[in-house]
Amino acid sequence: MEQAELRHWERKCIQEESPRCTAACPLHVDVRTVCALLGQKRWDKAWATIAKTMPLPGVLARLCDAPCRDACVRSPLGGGIEMGALERFCAKHAAPVAPPRPLPSRGKAVAIIGGGMTGLCAAWEMARRGFDVTLHCQNPGGSLLDLPESQLPRDAFLREMENLATLGARIRTDVTIDSTLLDSLLETHDAVFIDSDAAPLSLTDLGQPDEITLGTLHTGLFASRAGETSPVMQAAAGRRAANSIERFTQGVSMVSGREQEGPCATRLYTNVEGVAPAPAIPAGTGYGEEQAHEEARRCLQCECMECVKNCEFLKHYKSYPKIYVRQVYNNESIVMGTRQANTMINSCMLCGLCETLCPEDFSMAEVCLEARRTMVRKGTMPQSAHEFALRDMAFANGDRSALARHAPGAETSEYLFFPGCQLTASAPDAVEAAYADLRQRIGSVGLMLRCCGAPAQWSGREALMDESVALLRSQWEELGRPKLIVACPTCLNILRDRLPDAEISSHWSILRALGVGGESVTSAPLAINDPCGARHNPALLEDVRALLDQLHIPTVEPKLTGATTECCGYGGLLAEANPELGTAAARRRAAAADEDFVTYCAMCRDMLAKTGKRAVHLYDLLFPVGGDPGARPSPGYSARRENRARLRERLLTELWRSTGDDASLPHESIEVRFTDEAARAMEERRILKTDIQKVLLQVRETGRCFHNSETGHSLASFRPTVVTYWVEFEETDGGYLVHNTWSHRMRIMGGQA
Amino acid sequence: MSMIRIPEADVTGWQCKTCGEPLVRKPVELKYLDSLFNVELPVCPACNMVLIPESLAMGKMRQVEQLLEDK
Repeated sequence: MEQAELRHWERKCIQEESPRCTAACPLHVDVRTVCALLGQKRWDKAWATIAKTMPLPGVLARLCDAPCRDACVRSPLGGGIEMGALERFCAKHAAPVAPPRPLPSRGKAVAIIGGGMTGLCAAWEMARRGFDVTLHCQNPGGSLLDLPESQLPRDAFLREMENLATLGARIRTDVTIDSTLLDSLLETHDAVFIDSDAAPLSLTDLGQPDEITLGTLHTGLFASRAGETSPVMQAAAGRRAANSIERFTQGVSMVSGREQEGPCATRLYTNVEGVAPAPAIPAGTGYGEEQAHEEARRCLQCECMECVKNCEFLKHYKSYPKIYVRQVYNNESIVMGTRQANTMINSCMLCGLCETLCPEDFSMAEVCLEARRTMVRKGTMPQSAHEFALRDMAFANGDRSALARHAPGAETSEYLFFPGCQLTASAPDAVEAAYADLRQRIGSVGLMLRCCGAPAQWSGREALMDESVALLRSQWEELGRPKLIVACPTCLNILRDRLPDAEISSHWSILRALGVGGESVTSAPLAINDPCGARHNPALLEDVRALLDQLHIPTVEPKLTGATTECCGYGGLLAEANPELGTAAARRRAAAADEDFVTYCAMCRDMLAKTGKRAVHLYDLLFPVGGDPGARPSPGYSARRENRARLRERLLTELWRSTGDDASLPHESIEVRFTDEAARAMEERRILKTDIQKVLLQVRETGRCFHNSETGHSLASFRPTVVTYWVEFEETDGGYLVHNTWSHRMRIMGGQA
Repeated sequence: MSMIRIPEADVTGWQCKTCGEPLVRKPVELKYLDSLFNVELPVCPACNMVLIPESLAMGKMRQVEQLLEDK
């Protein structure tokens, strides 16, 4: 990832944007934090948070006209937070806060003329930045002193004047404010600022100061724009002057990068769906503790987190995309040391939900897939992450499973049925029935059994993907470029992307057009589970619903459905690279509906079934094979392979009257059974029956193994390629009963197989 | 890896079936991704066949494998 790409992605994620209150506040007070603290009754800490940002806080907090209130996301839901009243509560009830410690002296002298709110705030802001500040005015505070004691107690004002002095600002009241004074100040100081609302008119006749810099026609002379009545805007003018004078004395640009000064726009999005209206607590003559607490608790603590709230993966890593993309970038930059984000990168389901929900279209899928491709290119992809899935893909495309033929007895194919390797693995009988149905209803339909390449795509293996697609294409071309009928939504996406010149229909649209009928198999409604692969395919979403309608099956929709559906935990090979998180994602989806699920992706069906959730594939309803389809267990990894191989074998024998062309391998003759514990270990550890048979064949041939006299079990290992498998077993009549199995990737040096 | 000790209970009762020998603990070299480790493991003293118990394979070995893969 280039740094420009990092910046592009970081900018897209708006979680760190200011909440609307802070953006609307010309001083950018951290209102959200203040409310959180008040909501915890931490009055002093809340006040300290306000005082950190506000100049003369004991004065300004009492007068603040709180423009944040109208900007508040709460506004239509009971009214914006009464921040003005909360500020006054804090000023009155919290422990006084010492003024900030000024920065070291800059050796620059600034003179201020006029001691109204603007002038005082400018003095405060500049003194804390290390300027040598002298305020010239005859009556510090000016009209502030006319305010009633109830609004601005005299001692509160005096305390802030003391604080201003503590910051190092000097006040000179023994001068005549006129143009002579101004001329001499311009001579003797690095810059001069005039509070236009508190200085004589003779001095403010300088033309309108610049909106951004408050600069005047006279170099080094800055002035506020006259007529500002909002106290907080007056304070903001003081700060703007300080910022300008700081830039002026440093000799840097007066204008660049000042967009965020004063009230500014924010892109932060906060979803208020489900937020109950709550009326503002009336301020009356001022809040007591209970009222302040209650009012602060109305704050929604605005943040985006739209993607994180709805994704198990994003939630798991306890942050949000702006942070994640930085971690991905850093991960790529590591030359020596541990790449700590590898598992995170390999845990994204690539399902596209975040991008759909994000107001700015941030795509973790794009970030993570590109990162995986980079890892593969650089050779830093962990070997174990996707190996099992890629082996499975190789098996699905190997001689035992793959097939590409015209319909039995046909020389050409108008159509080619492509059920996908996971559907053949999960429901081979239904695939056979579906194929028979297509042949019967539309004639010359060939069959292609193989993998579309999704595991290669998801694991970032571009070369493998290209190779796989090239082979698929050549077979399709050999069959005369028939129109493809594709059952799996992921295959559909991949084939449409990689075979753009092919005419491709989903099996569901074909079935919808042909019509399906029959009695409703269920009167209880089923919850539709759209697979993530169907997210951006509105026609497919509609076809499936129409089919369920034709079947007279009542349906309900989970909260996240259609374009915003959730992944089952298999997408992006999450379940392979991070099995625990894959299971958590599947459980989350399983909990999305009380009803049984109906889906049209074999992996969704099986991932849901593995959690114990009742789920049927549409094929279970259209091509029933008996039994209770909702309770059909997910076939284990070994059974999935056998299902593919047997289906191919059976179709070759029964439809094409040809015998299977491959002799079985020696280890396949080993008779083996498994205890429940062993079967569980095989699934969890991704150990196949054939791996175990290879270990046992070696035992049979060499006799080499360990024996345990206490249990009567034997133990042997074998390393077919890159993984060493261990099998604990006992010999039975003519075969073996396996009690346990485990594996490791480390090699034992010294010749042990 | 050099600090690995396999609890006695994990290998209790096993002996080499071929040689009929009880296992002894001997240093064994394990290799993964260009890293070599010397670990004391139960081995048949006659034929040098090494036993890797489940607890080691699924525990520490797996952790080290993943760590090396992330290096």
